[in-house]
Amino acid sequence: MSRYIIKRLLYLIPVLFGVSIIIFGIIHLAPGDPAQVMLGPRASEQDIIQLREELGLNESLPVQYFTYIKNAVQGDFGNSIQTGRPVFEEIKSRFPATLKLSVLGMVLAIVIGFPLGVIAALNQDTWIDKLSSFLALVGFSIPNFWAGLMLMLLFASIFPILPSSGYGSWKNLVLPSLALAIQTIAVIARMTRSSMLEIIRKDYIKTAKAKGISAKLVLVRHIIRNALIPVVTIAGLYFGHSLGGVVVTETVFSYPGIGRLLVSAIRSQDYPVVQTGVLVFAAGVGVVNLIVDIIYGYLDPRIKAQYRAIKENDQEKLDMIGNESSIDKKMKEEGEDVDAK
Amino acid sequence: MPNNKKRGQFSETWRRLKQNKTAMLGLGVLIILVISAILAPVISPYDPLEINIMDKMQGPSLQHPMGTDNFGRDIFSRVIYGSRYSLYVGFIAVGIGAVFGGIIGGIGGYFGGKLDNIIMRIMDVLLAIPRVILAIAIVGVLGTNLTNVMVAVGISILPRYARVVRGSVLSYREEEFVEAAKAIGASDMRIIFETIIPNSMAPIIVQSTLGIAKAILSAATLSFLGLGVQPPTPEWGAMLSAGRQYMRAAPHLTIFPGLAIVVVVISLNMLGDGLRDSLDPKLRQ
Repeated sequence: MSRYIIKRLLYLIPVLFGVSIIIFGIIHLAPGDPAQVMLGPRASEQDIIQLREELGLNESLPVQYFTYIKNAVQGDFGNSIQTGRPVFEEIKSRFPATLKLSVLGMVLAIVIGFPLGVIAALNQDTWIDKLSSFLALVGFSIPNFWAGLMLMLLFASIFPILPSSGYGSWKNLVLPSLALAIQTIAVIARMTRSSMLEIIRKDYIKTAKAKGISAKLVLVRHIIRNALIPVVTIAGLYFGHSLGGVVVTETVFSYPGIGRLLVSAIRSQDYPVVQTGVLVFAAGVGVVNLIVDIIYGYLDPRIKAQYRAIKENDQEKLDMIGNESSIDKKMKEEGEDVDAK
Repeated sequence: MPNNKKRGQFSETWRRLKQNKTAMLGLGVLIILVISAILAPVISPYDPLEINIMDKMQGPSLQHPMGTDNFGRDIFSRVIYGSRYSLYVGFIAVGIGAVFGGIIGGIGGYFGGKLDNIIMRIMDVLLAIPRVILAIAIVGVLGTNLTNVMVAVGISILPRYARVVRGSVLSYREEEFVEAAKAIGASDMRIIFETIIPNSMAPIIVQSTLGIAKAILSAATLSFLGLGVQPPTPEWGAMLSAGRQYMRAAPHLTIFPGLAIVVVVISLNMLGDGLRDSLDPKLRQ
């Protein structure tokens, strides 16, 4: 297992290099002179020339990229153009806020979404199921900035019980994390429902029931535990991408995190911050995906065997293990659709 | 003949789709939306850009079913015109993503080997960046206007099409009809685009229906962040962003454009889910 983790972490490195190249490319291949853009249209020729010199913009692109990377691996990501402070400091000081928001968002998504899916599946085809499916569809289709605004309207304006913006107490976290979680709640509820329905029909559930195990125990020990596995996969895929939603949510709630920093950096063409900010989010996605993979390795021993097969890149062995049920596959596909925001 | 088979598949899918009430409801709402977007000048009671300070910030009423905004513009008319931008951006962005992603994925899957490896690694890297962040970065650099929003959103969804198309191409590459095409000496490009792609339309169509929903959400997000379509254009995200500051006094400025986004996206998702189920009945349970 630890070899697998190390391997995955090592795989993250080329991906992050790739991301840095792409962002670097986007910024530098775009029309317009970054120095000109940074200084605005009224800048004097002299200033622009000086800034170009400072930023090393006169060098060729590969040289510029190489310099950037050389400094970056040493922890120097340049200085923010807006504030003049090192980008690393800017991001570090906002990191805890973003971490809290995203973790709480994920926790809420599981704590609300999973029971919703279980309840829907246990009441299949009743009004409870239909209502929950409908809510999931709505939750999945709501843009999260609008969800944020509506939560603000409801809980900060009409019933003023929670603050609409700011940072500090736990109260400031409630609305943003809920807004962030809504889509994921919907996804998890849907996945849990269909996963439960598939498991309920399995033979081993009949066996368990035939053995005379109480319905409650069958539910907890056999159905829910097995239903959890594909849900974790999807939740993982979705969590990584819900980090994108952080950017929007933080902006809506004036929440002082990396997402808001990124948006304001893009608006003011503060490229050093943009470059590193995007990298931080890509790294976040990678780490979240890895954590989820590890978790479900523990949930399902079969998957550990799969890791070994994947490691050896052995499709045949993978097929032999063949533990991917149709629902797993469907979920993976949906996970790709879902990815989102 | 592949052509006959294709028609058969489409009519079969349509037959199954018709039985899915949710999907048909989604389709119905979408048709209404498309028609109202096309007929916007006829349907809207007011000019969406006409400023009328005397009537500003009115709540919903008979004259103004969704009220008026801070410039006294009729929100109902603006929401109707807004559907033009959203649908337009959604379709074009998905078009960009599907065509370029499809070509890239098709080439990778068909030729395989190193080329395929390089292409898919690049796609992996693009997928490592959350979609909205990628779109924001692109539009931030290119500049904020409608075209750039479509390009940015299109690029941000492109890797998914590349994967989907590559997957189907891989699964068809060894099929007999492809071998037959090779045997009669068809060129690689012709095999890809005339034989393989038409046969792998199903996953592309599903991906596109759901993709339009996502593209609309992304585009609205960009406009909301001030990085997309700019005011006074009646685009839903931009309207929300402008109405935000009046949320306490006049919440209808933010409620209605947001509802419009939700309705479009829900309909597309309902249709997309239904299409997926009817194209692949094996998965349906």
